[in-house]
Amino acid sequence: MEFQLPDFDLRVMMPEIFLFLWALVVITFDLSTKRRSGAAVAYLAMFGLVITGILLAVAGTGAGFGAMFFNDAASIFFKVIFLGAAFMAIGSSFGLLRQKIQHHRGEFFGLILLSTVGMMFLASSNELLSLYIGLELTTIPLFVCAAFFKDNRLSVEAGIKYLIIGAFSSALLLYGLSLLYGLSGTTDLLQMRINIATTHLNFREIGMLPMISVIMLVAGLGFKLALPPFHQWAPDVYEGSPTPIAAFLSVGSKAAGLIAFAKIMINGLQVFYDQVMAPSDWGILVAVIASAAMIWGNVAAIRQANIKRMLAYSSIAQAGYIMIGMVALNELGMAAVSFYMFTYLFANMGAFAVVAIFEDTTGSTQISSYNGLAKTSPFHAASMSVFLLSLAGIPPLAGFFAKYYVFASAIKMAGAADDKSWLYWLVGVGLLTSVFALYYYANIIKTMYFTTDESPYRLSVASPGSAMVLIGLIGVLLFGLYPTPILEFAAGIPEALGVVVP
Amino acid sequence: MLSSLIFIPLAGMILVMLLPKNAKSAIRWTAVGASIPPLVLSFWLTYEFFVNHASSAAMAFVEGPYEWIPLLNVQYYLGADGISVPLLALTGLLSTISLVASFGIENRVKEYFAFFLLLEAGMMGVFVALDFFLFYIFWEVMLVPMYFLIGIWGGPRKEYAAIKFFLYTLFGSIFMLVAILILYFTSEPHTLNMMELIQSGSALPHTLQLVCFVFFFIAFAIKVPVWPFHTWLPDAHVEAPTAVSVILAGVLLKMGTYGMLRISWPMFPEAVRYFSFWIALLGVIAIIYGALVSMAQKDLKKLVAYSSVSHMGYCMLALGAVTSVQAITGCMFQMISHGLITGALFLLVGVLYDRAHTREIAVFGGLGSKLPVYAGIMVFFSMASLGLPGMSGFVSEFMIFVGSFGALNKVLVGIAVLGVVLGAAYMLRMVQNVFLGEFNLSKWGGLTEINLREVITVAPLMVFTLWIGLYPKPLNELMAATMEHLVTLMAR
Repeated sequence: MEFQLPDFDLRVMMPEIFLFLWALVVITFDLSTKRRSGAAVAYLAMFGLVITGILLAVAGTGAGFGAMFFNDAASIFFKVIFLGAAFMAIGSSFGLLRQKIQHHRGEFFGLILLSTVGMMFLASSNELLSLYIGLELTTIPLFVCAAFFKDNRLSVEAGIKYLIIGAFSSALLLYGLSLLYGLSGTTDLLQMRINIATTHLNFREIGMLPMISVIMLVAGLGFKLALPPFHQWAPDVYEGSPTPIAAFLSVGSKAAGLIAFAKIMINGLQVFYDQVMAPSDWGILVAVIASAAMIWGNVAAIRQANIKRMLAYSSIAQAGYIMIGMVALNELGMAAVSFYMFTYLFANMGAFAVVAIFEDTTGSTQISSYNGLAKTSPFHAASMSVFLLSLAGIPPLAGFFAKYYVFASAIKMAGAADDKSWLYWLVGVGLLTSVFALYYYANIIKTMYFTTDESPYRLSVASPGSAMVLIGLIGVLLFGLYPTPILEFAAGIPEALGVVVP
Repeated sequence: MLSSLIFIPLAGMILVMLLPKNAKSAIRWTAVGASIPPLVLSFWLTYEFFVNHASSAAMAFVEGPYEWIPLLNVQYYLGADGISVPLLALTGLLSTISLVASFGIENRVKEYFAFFLLLEAGMMGVFVALDFFLFYIFWEVMLVPMYFLIGIWGGPRKEYAAIKFFLYTLFGSIFMLVAILILYFTSEPHTLNMMELIQSGSALPHTLQLVCFVFFFIAFAIKVPVWPFHTWLPDAHVEAPTAVSVILAGVLLKMGTYGMLRISWPMFPEAVRYFSFWIALLGVIAIIYGALVSMAQKDLKKLVAYSSVSHMGYCMLALGAVTSVQAITGCMFQMISHGLITGALFLLVGVLYDRAHTREIAVFGGLGSKLPVYAGIMVFFSMASLGLPGMSGFVSEFMIFVGSFGALNKVLVGIAVLGVVLGAAYMLRMVQNVFLGEFNLSKWGGLTEINLREVITVAPLMVFTLWIGLYPKPLNELMAATMEHLVTLMAR
C-alpha cells in the first residue's frame, strides 16, 4: 500500500499561522520591555489583527491538509467577524491599561489573539477533531481572560464559572461527536454527510442513538451560544469579566459557536433536518430552544439594573433570533445568520465599547448611573442609542435589516415546505418578543436623555475606545443603508456549507 | 423632485446638528428655513398635479424604481397621486407651522429641532414611498424622533407616554412586516413594488387576503387610532409639547388612513368587502365613544385628543363604504380637514397653556372679555370642529354621510350622525366654560393676548379651513380620478 502525504498547502493557513506567531510576539514584546510596554502592546496586537485581515484577503479560498482545512465563503466571512470582534475588544481595553491591568498586559492581549486563532481554525475545519480543537483553543484563553482581575471576587467567579461550564459543555459536545463518529464511521464532515445520506433511513431503526447524539450536540453547542436552558452562566460571566472580554464573548465566541453549529448540524447532519427523521430531527428542537431564548432573554433583560447583565440577556435573545435563520434551512437562512452576525458585531461591540468607556471613567456599570449622560457626552449617548435601536431592529439601522433577512428566510421556508409551517410560529415569537426588547433598550435611552439632570461624568471623545464607538456607528449606519456588498458576499455562504434547498 | 421633500429636511437636520449649542435663534431659523423648500415644493406639486395630472389616476412625479438592494428586490421607488399629494401639502404646511410654534422651546433647542426635521423627513417619505420596504423604513423612522420629542420635552408623565406610543406602534408594525414578507414570497416574481402588488393582490387566495388584510389593519388601526387601539393617543397628546401634538394629530394619525387607502384597500378588495360592515362599525363606535369621552374631560388638551378619536371615526365609517366614491373622497376631505382644525386647536390650547400653565377647563371662565382675539380664533376652530357649514369639517362629514348612507347599513349611519350632535355638545360646553361666564380678574388678570407669531401660525389654517369649506371643488377635482380608480380597484 502506497502511503500518500497529504497536500500541505500552507498558503490557505497563512493568516492563522501569522496570528499565532504574532500572539507570541505580543507576549515577548511585553516581557522584553520589562512589562512597562503600556499602550504599545495593545497597538501591536491590533496591528497584528489588521495584517491578519490582509493576509486573509491574500490567501483567498482553497483547501489544505487533505480535506481538513477549507477556506470558503463561510469561513472567510466568519473570520472577518472574529478579527473585527478581537480588534474592537482590544480597542476598548485602553482604559483598563491605565487602571486595572497594570501587569501581564502581554498575556491579556496575547490570549485574545490566541482565542481568535482558535476561532479561525474552527471556521476552516471540515472535520470533527480539528473542529473540536479549534473550539477548545477558542475557549481556554477566555477562561483566563474572564478571571483576569485576580483581586476581584466577581471576576474570579466569572472565570471559574466559565471554566466549569465550558468543560462541561465540551464534554457533552465530545460525547455527541463520538456517537456521531460511531454512527457514520468517519470524522470528516463531507464523508459523514455522504455516509449518513446513503443509509439515513436505517437510522430510524437504530433507535435512540441518533437522537441522543443530536441532543448532546445541541446541548454542547447551546452552552457555547448561551441558549436556554444552557444560558445561566452568561449574565454572571459577562458581569464579572473585564468589559472588553464580555464583548468579545458576546460576539466573537458566539460567532464561533454559530459556525461550529452550522458545520456540524448543516454540513454533517442536514439529512436529520427532516420530519422523517423524527425524533432525531434537530429543526424543531432548535426552534423550541430559540423561542425560549427570545422569550426568556428579552423578559429577563427588562429587570436588569446592571448594564452588562442586561446586555448579556439581550445577547441571549439575539442568539435566539439568529437561530431562526439557522433552522430556516434554505438558500437564505445561513446567509441571513451570517449577515445578522456581521451587523451584531458593530452594534454589540459598539455598545460594549460605550459601556467600557463609561466603566473606566466612572467605575459603575449600573444603568441608573447613565442618568443625564446625553448632556455631558452627546457623542457617546447618541452612539449608544443608535446601537441599542439597531439591536432592537429599528430601521434604517443595520440590525433591522438583519432581522428582516432572518424573518424573510423563515417565512420563505415556511411557505415552501408543508412540514415546516412551525416556522411561522417561530417568526411570530420573534416579532412579538422584539416589542419587549424595545422596552429595555429604550429604557437606557430614556435614562440618558429624558431627565433634566446633568450627568456628573464626562466621557472623553479623544480615546481609542471612542474610535471603536465610531467604527461601530459607521458600521451600523452604513450597512443599514447599503447592505448590498455584504449581502452579496453572504449569499454564497449557504452553498459553501452545503445547504440543500428542498 | 419627491426625493427632495425627504432629503432637504434631512440636510437641514445635519445643518442644525453642526450649529453650536448656544446659537438658539440660528438653530430655530435654520430649522424653519429647512422646512420652507419642502413646503413650497409640496404646494407647487399640488398645483402642478391639479393642472397636469388630475385627470388620470396614474402615479405622477415618479422616481425610480431604482435598485437599492437587488438581492431582496428592494427598490427606491417614489410617486404621488391624488391620495398623497394633498397629504404632502398638509405635511409641509403643518411642519413649518409647528417649527415656528416651537420657538418657545428653550431647553435643548438643538436636539429638538434636529429631531423635528428628522420627523418631517420620515413623514414625507411615508406619503411618497411606493416600495414596501421603503415604506416600512419611513414608517418606523418616524417613531424614533417622536419618542424623543415626547420623552424629552413632554409633560409630567412624558416617559410613560413616550414608551407607550413607541411600543404600541411597533407592535402594530410587526404585523405589517409579516404581511409584507408573506406578500413578497407569494408574488411571482418576488416583488416589494406596491403598484405591482396592488395589481396582483386581488388574485390572492381568499384566506391569505383575509390574513394579510387583518395584519395590515392592525398596524394602521393603531396609528389612526381605531377603537379599541386608541389608548396611546390621549397619553401621547397630553404629554407631548404643543408642536408635537400638532404633528401627531395633523399628520401621524393620517398615516393610518393613508396606509389603508394606499395599501390594504386596493390590494385586498375581497377582504375589504368581507369586513366592510365591521370596519364601519368600528368607525361608529369611535365616533360615539370619542365624543362621549370628550364630554367628560376636564383637561382641554385631552378633550381635543378624544375629539380626534371621534373625528377619525368618520374616516373609518367612510372607509367601510367601499363602493361609494363620495364616501372615500369624504374620507380624504376629513383627513385634511381634521389635520387643519385639530392642528389649530392644539396650537391654541398650547397658547393658553403657555400663559396660564394649566389646561383645566373648570378654572377658566369669561376669557372672552380679556382675550377677545384669542377667543375669536378659538371659537372659529371650535365651530369648524363641530361641523359648522361653511368650514371644511362640514363638507367632509356631509360627504361621508351621504356616501355611506347609500352604501352601508342605514341604522349604522344614523347612529353615526348622532356624533355630530355630541360633537357640538362637547365643543360648545368647552367654549361656554372657558370663554363665557364670569371672568376671574384676580386670577387671570395677567393673561396676555395671543401674539403675532402665534396668530401667524394659525392664520394659514384658518384660510384653508374656510377655503375648503366654501369652495371644495378644486380639492375634489384634484382627487376625483384617483378616487374613481380606487373604487374600481376595490370592486374587483
